[in-house]
Amino acid sequence: MAELLKVNDLVTQFKTESGVVKAVDGVSYYLNEQEIIGLVGESGCGKSVSQLSVMQLIRPPGKIIGGEVLFHGQDLLKYPANGPEMRAVRGAKIAMIFQEPMTSLNPVLTIRQQLTEMLVLHMKMNEEDARARAIELMGLVGIPAAERRIEGYPHHFSGGMRQRVMIAMALSCNPHILIADEPTTALDATTQAQLLELMKDLVQRLKTSLVIVTHNLGVVARYAQRIYIMYAGRIVESGTTKDIFQRPRHPYTIGLLKCIPRLDEEEGTKLVPIVGLPPNLINMPATCAFLPRCSWKIDKCFKEPWPELTPVNGNHFIRCYADTSEYKK
Amino acid sequence: MAKQAIINEFREAPPRVSEWQRFFRVFFQRKIVLFGLIILALLVLTAIFAPLLAPFSPVRGDMAESLQQPSWKHWLGTDIQGRDSLSRLIYGSRTALAVGFGSVILAGVIGVGLGMLAGYAGGITNMIIMRIMDALMGFPMILLALVISAILGSGLLNVIIALSVATLPGYARVMHGLTLTIRENDYILAERGMGASNIRVMFMHILPNSLPSMIVLITIQLGALILAEATLSFLGVGIQPPDAAWGAMVADGRRYLLTHPWLSISPGIAIMLVVFGFNLVGDGLRDALDPRLRGIL
Repeated sequence: MAELLKVNDLVTQFKTESGVVKAVDGVSYYLNEQEIIGLVGESGCGKSVSQLSVMQLIRPPGKIIGGEVLFHGQDLLKYPANGPEMRAVRGAKIAMIFQEPMTSLNPVLTIRQQLTEMLVLHMKMNEEDARARAIELMGLVGIPAAERRIEGYPHHFSGGMRQRVMIAMALSCNPHILIADEPTTALDATTQAQLLELMKDLVQRLKTSLVIVTHNLGVVARYAQRIYIMYAGRIVESGTTKDIFQRPRHPYTIGLLKCIPRLDEEEGTKLVPIVGLPPNLINMPATCAFLPRCSWKIDKCFKEPWPELTPVNGNHFIRCYADTSEYKK
Repeated sequence: MAKQAIINEFREAPPRVSEWQRFFRVFFQRKIVLFGLIILALLVLTAIFAPLLAPFSPVRGDMAESLQQPSWKHWLGTDIQGRDSLSRLIYGSRTALAVGFGSVILAGVIGVGLGMLAGYAGGITNMIIMRIMDALMGFPMILLALVISAILGSGLLNVIIALSVATLPGYARVMHGLTLTIRENDYILAERGMGASNIRVMFMHILPNSLPSMIVLITIQLGALILAEATLSFLGVGIQPPDAAWGAMVADGRRYLLTHPWLSISPGIAIMLVVFGFNLVGDGLRDALDPRLRGIL
C-alpha cells in the first residue's frame, strides 16, 4: 500500500493575550491509500487543529509554525493558504466533514445549491449534470426522495440527514482523503452507528482513505486499522487497532481504556476515571505532560524531558519511560 | 377501509409552507404595514405618472395668478410665481424617490462592500476601512451632507452623492458586524474546506446571509434620506428652483405661512406621510425577516 499522506513534525500555535498556545506540538503521522486511521484524544488535545492545519484552514491568531504535510510527496505547507493550489486540494483531493451538522450547512441556500457548488467548481460540470450527480449522491448516502428533497433548505433536514448531506458533499469530487472531525459526536447513538457504517462502506467503494478524529475510542475500534492517541498537542501512542486495544502501553491509553464500560465485565466492576485535567497548553512543562495524572510514573519521569516516540514492538510506538509491559486488562 | 384511511393520513406529509408564503403571511399580518405599503405604492405611481396627473407645468407659472387661494382650478393654490402648488407637489415625488433610491443604492453597494471586506479580511484592512468610517460617522449626517453639497454645488446628482457619503458609514458598520458574526459559522469553515475562494465565500455565503438585515436597514434609510433631502432643499443647498422639491416648497411657503399656510403644510404632510410609510414597511419587513421573531404569528 502506497503512502498517501505523511505529516512530519507539524507545529501549530495560537498567539493569545495570555501567551502562546501550543495546540499542536510536533505531530507526525502517515496515512496509506485506502486505509482508515483514528486520531483519538480528549477535548483540546490538538486533534482538530492538526487536521485543520493539514488543510491550511487555520485562521489568525492561529499559525502553522513548522513541519511538513506531504501529500503524494508534495509539501502542502509550501503553498499559500488561500492560493489556487491549496484551493484545488481542498474539497477535490482532501475533503473534510465537521462535528456540527446543524450548523455546517448554509441556512439560506438550498441543498442543491450547496451540493452542486463543488461539482461545478472542481469537476467543471454544468448546472444540469451537477444536479443529476447531486441527486445520485444523495441516494448514495441514503436520503430518500432525493429528487424532491434536493430543493429543500437545511432546516427541512434532521441532524442525521444533514450529516448525510455533508458526507455526500465531501465525497462528491472523489477525494483521495476524507477527514471526519468528530462526525458523529452531535448525533444520537443509533444514527452514529448508521453513519459510521455508511462512511466505511462509501470510502471502501470509492477507494478513499479516511481519518476519523474522535474522543471516543469505541468509534474507531470497529473501523480504524491504525490508531494515534494524542495528548496535549503530541502523539503519545500509535499502533494497529489490535495493539492499542489488546496491548496498550502508554499510561494515558491504559487510562482511556479503563474508563470504557464493557459488557463482559463482572457485575459491580467500577470504571476508573483518569484523575486531574490536561495541562494548560500555554505553560507546557518540559517533562511529560501526563505526569501529574499518571499512575505509572517513575523517578526518571521527573528528571528527563518528555521522550520521543520509541518503538515497543514493530509498528507500535509510545512516548513513555515507564515499563508498562506487564499491564494486563 | 376507514382504518386504512387514518393510517394513510399519517403517511401524508404535512402541507409545506414555503419561505415566501411564510414571509407574506407575517408581513401582511399587521394592517398598519399594509397602510404603509399603500402610501409607498401611491408615491411610486404618482412619480411615474406625474405628467398625466399634474394639471399644470411644475416649473412655468403665470405671474398674473400669483399666490392664489385654493380653488377648483388650483386645488392647493399657487405660489408667489403663480405656479400650481399641486403640480409641484406631484413632481416633487420624483425628486424624493430619485434622491432616496439613488443614495441608498450608491451608499448601500459601497458601504456593504467595504463593511464585508473589512469584516472578512480583518487585520490592517479592517483597521483602515473602519477607522475612516468612524471618522465619517463622527460628523452629524446633515452637517456632512451640507459641507459636501457646498463643495460640489447643488443639483440632484450632487445631493445624491452628498447624502451617500453621509450615510455610507451606517451600512459599513452594520455589514461589518454581520460579517464578523456570519464568518464564524461552521458552514463558512466547511465551505473553505471544500476549496471555495474568499470572493466566493463572501458573495455566495456571507452576503445572502446578511440580506434580511440589510433590507430592513435600507428600507428605514429610504425614509430618513427623503427627510434629509427635504432638509437640504429647505436650507437651500439641495435641489435648486425651478425644479420641484418638497423641502424647497416648505421653505418658499414659509414667508406666507399666515396668509397661505397650505403652501408649506401640503409638502410637509407629503414628507411626513412618505417617511411614515417607509418606516412602517421597514418594521413589517423586520418582523417578517428577523429569524429571532420567526415562528411567532
